[in-house]
Amino acid sequence: MASIPTTAIEIAAAVRSGELSAREVLESHLDAIEAREPEINAFNLVLADEARAAATAIDERVAAGEDPGVLAGVPLALKDNLCTHGIPTTCSSRILEGWRPPYDATVVQRVAAAGAIAIGKTNLDEFAMGSSTENSAFGPTRNPRDLSRVPGGSSGGSAAAVAAGFAPISLGSDTGGSIRQPAALCGVVGVKPTYGMVSRYGLVAFASSLDQIGPFSTTVADSALLLEAIAGHDPRDSTSINAAAPSLLDVLDQGVAGLRIGLVTELMGEGIAPDVAARVRQAAEALAAAGAEIGEVSIPALSYGLSAYYLIAPAEASSNLARYDGVRYGMRVDAATTAEMNTKTRTAGFGDEVKRRIMLGTYALSAGYYDAYYGKALKVRTLIMRDFETAYKDFDLLLTPTSPTTAFRFGEKTSDPLSMYLNDICTIPTNLAGHPAMSVPFGAGSDGMPVGVQLMAPALAEPTMFRAAAVLEDAAPPLEEAFQ
Amino acid sequence: MSAHLTRDDVAKVALLARLELTDAELDTYTGQLAAVIDHAADVAALDLADIPPTAHPLPLVNVLRDDVIRPGANRDEVLSQAPSVEDRRFRVPAILGEEP
Repeated sequence: MASIPTTAIEIAAAVRSGELSAREVLESHLDAIEAREPEINAFNLVLADEARAAATAIDERVAAGEDPGVLAGVPLALKDNLCTHGIPTTCSSRILEGWRPPYDATVVQRVAAAGAIAIGKTNLDEFAMGSSTENSAFGPTRNPRDLSRVPGGSSGGSAAAVAAGFAPISLGSDTGGSIRQPAALCGVVGVKPTYGMVSRYGLVAFASSLDQIGPFSTTVADSALLLEAIAGHDPRDSTSINAAAPSLLDVLDQGVAGLRIGLVTELMGEGIAPDVAARVRQAAEALAAAGAEIGEVSIPALSYGLSAYYLIAPAEASSNLARYDGVRYGMRVDAATTAEMNTKTRTAGFGDEVKRRIMLGTYALSAGYYDAYYGKALKVRTLIMRDFETAYKDFDLLLTPTSPTTAFRFGEKTSDPLSMYLNDICTIPTNLAGHPAMSVPFGAGSDGMPVGVQLMAPALAEPTMFRAAAVLEDAAPPLEEAFQ
Repeated sequence: MSAHLTRDDVAKVALLARLELTDAELDTYTGQLAAVIDHAADVAALDLADIPPTAHPLPLVNVLRDDVIRPGANRDEVLSQAPSVEDRRFRVPAILGEEP
């Protein structure tokens, strides 16, 4: 048996040419899952039988002379807040345990149409609320590079699945950094596309003005491939941008000569670990060596981003999660009246962090506090968008850390929610602005754990962002090389 | 206007959000939520009278689809996922405190 390549691009090429069967590619990944999943817990559900049937169908199509698509036979992990028809979708919450959605998310349909094999549903912080997967009702996911540390979150299962070699690519969702931060902590690539570029139909809603679906992969090119496959207009999502999705694979080798890239001063000082900041400066030097013009830029409104986010996202969540009332789907705790049933169901079904966010949002929206908190946060959002606009007059891209630190240990931040929230300080601003951003691995920190650097771009500037990401990937120090 | 979040505030929002809290949970959540609200005092203190709010990153207004009949979700499949069903409808306990 030929050895199985590690990237989606190589696997799809080998399957399309008949050099490898989708079935043998799948079995090798199922073997990897069997070996390490017990210690990592990346999955809420492994779809071994469904995946075998899908892989066999791909092989039959290749044998019949058909082309199954750009992701032919590529195993792919799905965050368990993406609806899969007839297959349990839990959001890592007791309240949805056992629920089988009556439809597929648009992205699930699109990756299947491109020939990908859904290999499992990945663990997350309950309803995507968290930065460590410690808020999952089904137990945390562990970082494949050090089992005593968190993988980040909320898409920790999707990041860990790729880092552990369970699948070359996966899908996550990013509301305040939930793709980029776990990508950084696990040492893989993670992309939050422009708001509206990828349909959210079938993504269980957390904060609707911020949520966006995006890819994880081990290489920049694989993320480009997967994003191309899922992007594009969808009439079933009213926030979907009605325009052709940009071509990314075609531009990856264009380099950064002449691009103006800004280091954001607000995200390089206080609160950022020195080893992480040093790696970001090293990344800037690599971009400069490749011909980019590097400068420093101040974006003053970013200092209010965290506060604004932790009013806006919980406010939207408190509204979105009102639907879990024990009536139409998921669990119900019986009671004499509907009002009591609603309360008992929600009390038993939601975990601590979800309750915190719902109450925070309810408070921010409640009479007497609406203007001071939610109303002010929406105005800060305007300030952040204006400041970005000013910065992007002088720069094509911005460069920052993805996360203030490398992966932290279990339990370090669970008793102090605010310290957990501070993890999102670098990633939140682009969600508030609706802009794209991505994390690219760039060597190790002083503890030997992966560091991710973040590229941010104006809306729809993914092609420019991916060009710089490809340069950073080539220049990145190996993870094994000790931090100096 | 900025305020320090109290235990009574948390009890009130829990009621509004249909969540039951024990006394111990009330104490824990009051401390944790107050820390987040205190952190947001920087935003609450800003003078932003002339700044318009942004609720959404895209300037979308009334996105409508064509008025064409198309299939919706399968009714029986949807009902099969509900905790309780009667006569092809969702069944709930008494409302308004009446006996069924």
